[in-house]
Amino acid sequence: MIEATFVQAINATLARAMLADERVIVLGEDVAEGGPYGATAGLVEDFGADRVRNTPISEGAVCGVAIGAAQAGLHPVVEIMFIDFVTLALDQLANQAAKAHFMSGGQLTVPLVLRTQGGAGQRGGAQHSQSLEAWLTHVPGLKVVMPSSAADAAGLLQSAIEDPNPVVFVEHKSLYFRREQLDGEPAEPVPLGEARTLRSGSDLTIIATSLQVHDALRAAEWLEEDGIEAEVIDPRTLVPLDVDTLAESVARTGRAVVAHEAVAAGGFGAEIAALIQEAAFDSLEAPIQRVGAPFTPVPVSPPLEDAYRPGPEQIHAAALSAIEWDKPAEVSFARRGVGVR
Amino acid sequence: MWRVRRFEERVATLKRTLQVYGLIHLSIGGEGVAAGVCRQLRDDDVIYSGHRAHGHAIAKGVPLGPLMAELMGRVDGCCKGLGGSMHLVDREHGLMGATGVVGGNLPLALGDAVAARLGGSDRVTAVFFGDGAVQAGHFHESVNLAALWELPLIFVCENNGFAEFTPRSAHTVVERVSDVVAPYGFERRTVDGGDVEAVWEAFGAFLAAARGGGGPMLLECLTHRRRGHYEGDAEAYRDELDEGAWKARDPVARLERRAIEQRWCSEHDAALLAEEATAAVERAVEFARASPYPDPALSAELVYA
Repeated sequence: MIEATFVQAINATLARAMLADERVIVLGEDVAEGGPYGATAGLVEDFGADRVRNTPISEGAVCGVAIGAAQAGLHPVVEIMFIDFVTLALDQLANQAAKAHFMSGGQLTVPLVLRTQGGAGQRGGAQHSQSLEAWLTHVPGLKVVMPSSAADAAGLLQSAIEDPNPVVFVEHKSLYFRREQLDGEPAEPVPLGEARTLRSGSDLTIIATSLQVHDALRAAEWLEEDGIEAEVIDPRTLVPLDVDTLAESVARTGRAVVAHEAVAAGGFGAEIAALIQEAAFDSLEAPIQRVGAPFTPVPVSPPLEDAYRPGPEQIHAAALSAIEWDKPAEVSFARRGVGVR
Repeated sequence: MWRVRRFEERVATLKRTLQVYGLIHLSIGGEGVAAGVCRQLRDDDVIYSGHRAHGHAIAKGVPLGPLMAELMGRVDGCCKGLGGSMHLVDREHGLMGATGVVGGNLPLALGDAVAARLGGSDRVTAVFFGDGAVQAGHFHESVNLAALWELPLIFVCENNGFAEFTPRSAHTVVERVSDVVAPYGFERRTVDGGDVEAVWEAFGAFLAAARGGGGPMLLECLTHRRRGHYEGDAEAYRDELDEGAWKARDPVARLERRAIEQRWCSEHDAALLAEEATAAVERAVEFARASPYPDPALSAELVYA
C-alpha cells in the first residue's frame, strides 16, 4: 500500500495515459508549470512541450482547440483552472463539443476530457469557489464526472480519457491534498455510469457527490450513534447516472437524502430526487430531502463561507427529518438540531 | 462556381416553398472565394466553415445530392439530416464542420492544425469566417494562439461589408480585417473576392507556404453578398445594386467573360457549363426528394458515440 493524495492520483493517471497513447495531449493555462495544485507537474519533462501545451488565458479558444484536435483524432485533456471560468468556454463546450457527433450524423467524435475543479472552502470568493456541474448535466452530449476519492479519480479519469465523447471531469479543490491508502498498482478503469456504495444501511439512503461524500460518511457515523443505519452512495458520474443503484437502495430503505455542495435550487440533487421518486415512489416513506448551498454567491469571509457550505450537520439533520417524517413521537435524538442553519 | 450558383438559386426557390428547412444563408456573390480556395485543397486538407457554407462544401467536393438532402432534412443527407444548412460536415472530403455560432469555428480549426502538426502531416487547415466574426473574442484568442504556435492554418475572411444587417463601419473602426492581425506579424493580404483568379493566386501562395511548414496567414476577400443575411431577410438596411453594378462584381460572370475573352473556352462551352450545373442540381433535388426523413429514433442514437 502507498499513501497518495487525490492530486497525485490525477497526475499519475495523466502520465500513464500519455505514456500508453501518444494521441493523449494536455493543454491549459500553466499546465507545463504543473498548475496551481500540481496536477500536471512533471508532465512536460516526460512528454515535451508539444504534448503538454501551455496556453494563454483564453479559455474559449483553448477549449475549442481541444475540440478541434479531438475531432482530428487526438485525445486532449484540457484543463480549465477553475470551474468558474468554464463560463468562458461554454460556447465551445455546449454548442460545439456536445453537438458535433449528433449534428454530423455520427461522422465526428470528440474524445475530449475537460478537467476542472470547483467548490468552496479555500476562501476563494464568489468567482473561484462555485459548483456549476448542474449546468453541464443539462446539455445532451456531455458526460459529467465528479470523483470523491483518489482511487476513483484515477479510475474514472482513465475511463474518461478512453471515452469517445466529451467528458467534463469536475474535481474539488478541498479534496486535492486529502491522503488515501492506495494499493500502489495502476488503477483499474472505473466505468462511467456506475455508482459506488460506500456504506450499507437499511434505514435511509444518503446520495452525495464529491466532497459531500465524506460529509455523508461522517453524518452516517452520527446516525449510527442515533441507532439509524444509513446507506451512503456516491453516483461518481452524474451523466450517465446510475439510476438503478440509487433507486434499488431507496426502494429498500424508503428514505433518501440527496446532498451536494452546489446551490440547492436547480441543482443536480433535484434531478436525482425526481428520478428516484419516479422509480421508487411506492417505496417512499418520507419526502426526499435535499441538502445544498443557499441561494447566494459564495462568500469570502471565513465565518460566512463556513456557514454557506453544507456539511455533515446538514446531512444529519436532513436524515433525521426523513426518519421522523412518519414517526415523530418515537425518536429523540441527541444530535437533533446540531449545526442546522 | 456555376454549381454553387445554381445550387443556391435552387435552394432559394425551395426555401420559398418550405422544402428546405432552417435558417438559410446564401453565398451568391461569394462563389469566387469558395472556388479559389477549396479547389486547390486536397481531400485530407481540412476546412471549417460558418453559417454560409454551401459554396465551401460544394467546392471542397461534397456531392450535391447528399448536400441537398441535408438541407431537406432527409436521411441520405451528408449528416443524415441532423445537421442542416448551418452544420454541414463531410469528413471524407475534409469538411470538418460548419457552425451556426459566428466565430465558433475558429478555435476548432486551430485544434485541427495542432493535430496535423503533431501527426507530422503536411496537410493544411483553412477556416472561413465573415467580417462579423472579427469583432468576437474567439477571433482574437485564435489569431493570437495561431501566431504563437505558428500553425499551418489559413484564415480566410469573406468581408462582404455587412455583419448580419449592420455595415462594418457601425461595428468597428478598423476597415480592413487584414489590418486587425497586423501586430501578430503573420502574412496577410486583402484581395477582390469577386476576382477568382486573384483569390486563387493569393491563396495558392499561402497554401504552398503552409504546406512547407509556414503559417498562419490571413486572406481577406472583399465580396458582395447578393442576397440578404438569410433567406427572408427584408433587407431594409441597404439598397440593391443595380444590374450593371452587379454584373461588374458578379464573380461567376466575371470569370466567364474572362474565359471567353482569353479563349480558355468558347461561349458555347461556357453556356454548357451553366446548363450542366442546372441539370446536376435538379438531379440533387430528385435525389433528396426520394430520400425519406430519418426515423425519429435516430436522434437518441446519435447523442453519444
